[in-house]
Amino acid sequence: MNSTTAAPGVSIFRFSAPHVFYPLAGKMIPWFAALALVLTAVGMYLAFFVAPTDATQGESYRIIFIHVPSAWMAMFLYVVMAFWAGVGLVFNTRLSSMMASAVAPSGALMAFIALWTGALWGRPTWGAYWVWDARLTSTLILLFLYLGFIALQAAIDDPRRADKASAVLALVGVVNVPIIYFSVKWWNTLHQGASVKMTGTSMATTMLAGMLVMVFAFWMYCIAIVLYRVRTIMLERDRRSAWVKDALARNE
Amino acid sequence: MNWSSLSDFVNMGGYGFYVWSSYGMCAALLAAELWSARARRRRAVAEAQRAVTREAT
Repeated sequence: MNSTTAAPGVSIFRFSAPHVFYPLAGKMIPWFAALALVLTAVGMYLAFFVAPTDATQGESYRIIFIHVPSAWMAMFLYVVMAFWAGVGLVFNTRLSSMMASAVAPSGALMAFIALWTGALWGRPTWGAYWVWDARLTSTLILLFLYLGFIALQAAIDDPRRADKASAVLALVGVVNVPIIYFSVKWWNTLHQGASVKMTGTSMATTMLAGMLVMVFAFWMYCIAIVLYRVRTIMLERDRRSAWVKDALARNE
Repeated sequence: MNWSSLSDFVNMGGYGFYVWSSYGMCAALLAAELWSARARRRRAVAEAQRAVTREAT
């Protein structure tokens, strides 16, 4: 990079240079991982030892402490993935597309955990592991969108062409996210409505606290693993570039 | 405190199967994700290192 043409001061684009982003991401990972660990410990303590038994659902409701965080992360990560894929498509920035690729497996995992825990919560509360309800079906579609994104990238040999094709898929699929979110309002579903709304909550304070702590724990975990994965993808794709050589030499 | 004993805790008011299957799967999958991410990184580092040595020779 020619320093004379760079904008004065600190530019946000500086961080999109691989030789800057790679070590920076590496330095951030332990912090997010540590936060995730501490928050999980606090969240699990609140979930099992502080939050009271639910009046109607008994102890089965304790699944909420991983169900809601994973479901929220599944939706949120999809938006993040589509955003980076879209940025990569419009501005032709390679690192943005790599970010999208790094998010996809974690998003798919979160969607699967949400569906799995939801099934195990649905059985004792509704009497069925699975129903073709709007919320459940749209979340299943979310999982398939993630898997489709991953499969499409794997199917195309040229990474940049793969980025572009899968970005289109990711962007089209964004429409599913508001459908999931509002499905409990738009359709008469078996799935309960939102317990946490802008106007307040219908949950006991300690239940809510435990759930929110777990949401942050999942969030921090996802940031850590996505940064870890994007660093790997950068190495895979830029194997022969000078910055990788320098980074390896510095043991970053 | 919600539980009077360890078996009470494991039993989860009769919902032990559902609660622990949820948490167990979640923990197992996150562990698998971490493990596979680390394996992938090690492969990538080894490949990149090989590329560097090839270039040097």
